[in-house]
Amino acid sequence: MVIKRKEFIQIGSLATASLFLPKFLKAFESPYRVPPGNKVLVVLQLSGGNDGLNTVIPVHNDIYYKGRPKLGIQKDQAVLLTDEVGLNPALAAFGDLYHDGNLAIMNSVGYPNPDRSHFRSMDIWHSASNSNEYVYSGWLGRYLDAQCSGCDKPTQALEVDDVLSLALKGEHNNGIAMKDPRRLYTTSHAAYFKDVLAQHNDHAEAPVDYLYKTMAETLSSADYIFEQSKLHPSSGQYPTTGLGQSLKTISSLILSDINTKVYYVSLGSFDTHVNQEAQQKRLFTEMNDAVKSFVADLKSNNRFEDVMLMTFSEFGRRVNQNASGGTDHGTANNMFFVSGGLKEKGLLNPMSDLNDLQDGDLKHKVDFKDVYATVLKNWLGADDAAILGKKYNHLSFI
Amino acid sequence: MAVTTQQKNLHLLWRAGFGPAAGDIASIASSSPHAHWETLVKASAKQPAYIDVADNELKSMLMGDSEMMYAQRRQQLSADQRRQFQMRSREGIKTLNLTWMNQMISSDQQLREKMSLFWHGHFASRANNIFYQQQLLDTVRNNALGNFGDLLKAVSKSASMINFLNNNQNRKGHPNENFAREVMELFTLGRGNYTENDIKESARAFTGWGANIKGEFQFRPQQHDDGEKTFLGKTGHFNGDDILDIILEQKQTARYISQKIYRYFVNEQPDAEKTEWLANRFYQSHYSINGLVNDIFTSDWFYDPKNIGARIKSPVELIVGIRRMLPMEIKNEDSQLLLQRLLGQILFYPPNVAGWPGGKNWIDSSTLMMRMRIPQLMYAGDVFQMKPKDDDDQMMGMKDRSEADDNNALPRNSRKGKGYGNRPGQQILATINWNAWLPAFEKVSREDLLTAVAGIVLQTNTAVNAGTVQKYTDAASRESFIKTATIQLMSTPEYQLC
Repeated sequence: MVIKRKEFIQIGSLATASLFLPKFLKAFESPYRVPPGNKVLVVLQLSGGNDGLNTVIPVHNDIYYKGRPKLGIQKDQAVLLTDEVGLNPALAAFGDLYHDGNLAIMNSVGYPNPDRSHFRSMDIWHSASNSNEYVYSGWLGRYLDAQCSGCDKPTQALEVDDVLSLALKGEHNNGIAMKDPRRLYTTSHAAYFKDVLAQHNDHAEAPVDYLYKTMAETLSSADYIFEQSKLHPSSGQYPTTGLGQSLKTISSLILSDINTKVYYVSLGSFDTHVNQEAQQKRLFTEMNDAVKSFVADLKSNNRFEDVMLMTFSEFGRRVNQNASGGTDHGTANNMFFVSGGLKEKGLLNPMSDLNDLQDGDLKHKVDFKDVYATVLKNWLGADDAAILGKKYNHLSFI
Repeated sequence: MAVTTQQKNLHLLWRAGFGPAAGDIASIASSSPHAHWETLVKASAKQPAYIDVADNELKSMLMGDSEMMYAQRRQQLSADQRRQFQMRSREGIKTLNLTWMNQMISSDQQLREKMSLFWHGHFASRANNIFYQQQLLDTVRNNALGNFGDLLKAVSKSASMINFLNNNQNRKGHPNENFAREVMELFTLGRGNYTENDIKESARAFTGWGANIKGEFQFRPQQHDDGEKTFLGKTGHFNGDDILDIILEQKQTARYISQKIYRYFVNEQPDAEKTEWLANRFYQSHYSINGLVNDIFTSDWFYDPKNIGARIKSPVELIVGIRRMLPMEIKNEDSQLLLQRLLGQILFYPPNVAGWPGGKNWIDSSTLMMRMRIPQLMYAGDVFQMKPKDDDDQMMGMKDRSEADDNNALPRNSRKGKGYGNRPGQQILATINWNAWLPAFEKVSREDLLTAVAGIVLQTNTAVNAGTVQKYTDAASRESFIKTATIQLMSTPEYQLC
């Protein structure tokens, strides 16, 4: 079966691609495969600024309850991890992951001089830059640059979406965004586009060539992803929510022989200025149920040790609730790491110190770029200093 | 390869404007580039009218008789009312966006609007207040071809920039260096031409520069640090104006702006010799923008083959360019906001104060395929399934509410609210006025038609394979052939370039 699949991939990628791939790219064409056991990263972006304090709750902290008379989640409601710490009631499956040793939580992650604009702060997280720098490539895009130098299709990093995030844009290569493999395949395979590409003269000038190269990569990737997605369609039961279906697509690809190392998917909006409780509950329920299915699916296929799901948000929220049953933009936040292959589990560092605030906001204790460096080096086996442009601290949870 | 007069004219119209209008085609092969340039300059000579799209309700919400009255009213406003104002302000900015884009399409002040788009990205502000944005746009459009020093000072004193770069919080003893840093790094000198100490000292000079709620510049003497400062080698009791004057005295400012303008209007690859020549003349002219662009567009090298068809159009240039060539009625104008969002350039929402990076940054697999589908979507009105990313800065936690509104709405086409398209399943309801385009090819023989259409639609030297295009055109009649060939030629990688 394995051999048969390999053959199919070779035929699939070479035969169909050669029909329309310009000559100058064919030289690079080869059937890339990921040896089993290789690590995969799934980034789950919680867009809008998730309220970290109502995600990982300090259930014995008076300052927390005093600042949130209405929004504070009582200990008996929370999914308890320890006597001091509980999760949001909607995150029961994450409680199970914690007790099974498959969840790690990093508190107080952020960066110096935090920005409170969603867009700008997200930019900073995506580009892995300092808050006074403007960088137009993303950390996973630069990872892709390192992986895909001279390769014909940038499928090492995929985003399940219609539009590509800055995080996946490199300096030389861009990841591929696709909501579902079949749609990507049909839209990019409009007969006219295929013919235009097929007839392109290799000797065009630089800017035209760049566009044709992108077009060739898109069509070639669309083929490849579509073929791969059909190899081992996930048989797991997933919720019909957006995230549920996205994780099902990701699972099908992880279980195939595709060379993708990084998947990216977003959930939102967590911008809970008003009526936070209901909104966060709805989104967390979606996240909880989808991740639960995803983990079960990976476990039943013996891939849970190789896959790590990581969550982040552009900022956390203020400690005190506002007057509209919500919270306003804050600073540091927590991150989740879900995998069967964690070296350190549970609460990786102390909860944020609510006695030590800056103008009512949490102070960050861990730079998110340290987390990136760790993931790049220890999980993806990449040269983190080259990708991040600087040497950051390596943490020890993976 | 020799460049024809027609190619030169098209090159000029694309770079100094948003491409040829259907009506320009008649004279495109005959009159000289110089004549076209003079026409462009003349058309852009008069001052533009203020674009005012804010309705009376918005005005009365904000523009009281005095700041004190406003302050009183503001205190009485509930959080919900304040949010209401912000939501309406954002709606207003969408109208401002479409109104300005229509100016780019239909105004004969092509040079002015194109320069304004450049400055709009150079002096990038994401202020979310409709009045501030209107005012900054007016400042940019009025000074787009004037004196750079005047433009710099007017922008620096605009409520939009003062708020966006936190200068209202820049006070004696509590400096906020954001404005001082960006004014040097991004607006004038460029990185590496000043020290951290220059930033600290100039931030002190800008203390007390603020704007009131009506958007008027306010100098607040009690917040101003009047002490001695040392800035770029000079020492004195400088204020903000002094700092900007010292920055303008630096030849580096002329160099930085000339390089950026060369890369925007001529070629992404800078040419040190030419930009130095431009910078010298720009500096000697005391920063005449008119003079600078005249130097560029009347030079021989501007028309070098390597500069033609070498620029990737920005999303706004792409959409405006199509609409100039093919005049059309778009019933749901807000579909253009969705296109801006999908393609990564929403007017008034630059990614950050550094503006849109441009060039190859516009292109990834999603944006390229979308760009190539736009002409077909306008022609055939196909439904497309592309959902842009949420913008939490604009939705302000109201995502659920706006989606619920959408779902309750009557058929999509009769919806009233403008959206950047939060839902998939969209259409561009356009009716192309082909009668403006078809006559341009009246005298062309049937076998030369495709070459003639391609010669106007595309700016690249390497033509798209004729056989491929022929295969996908409708040859039933001359008319249908021209129409389908135009659409197909616009649906190519080549058309992304100008």
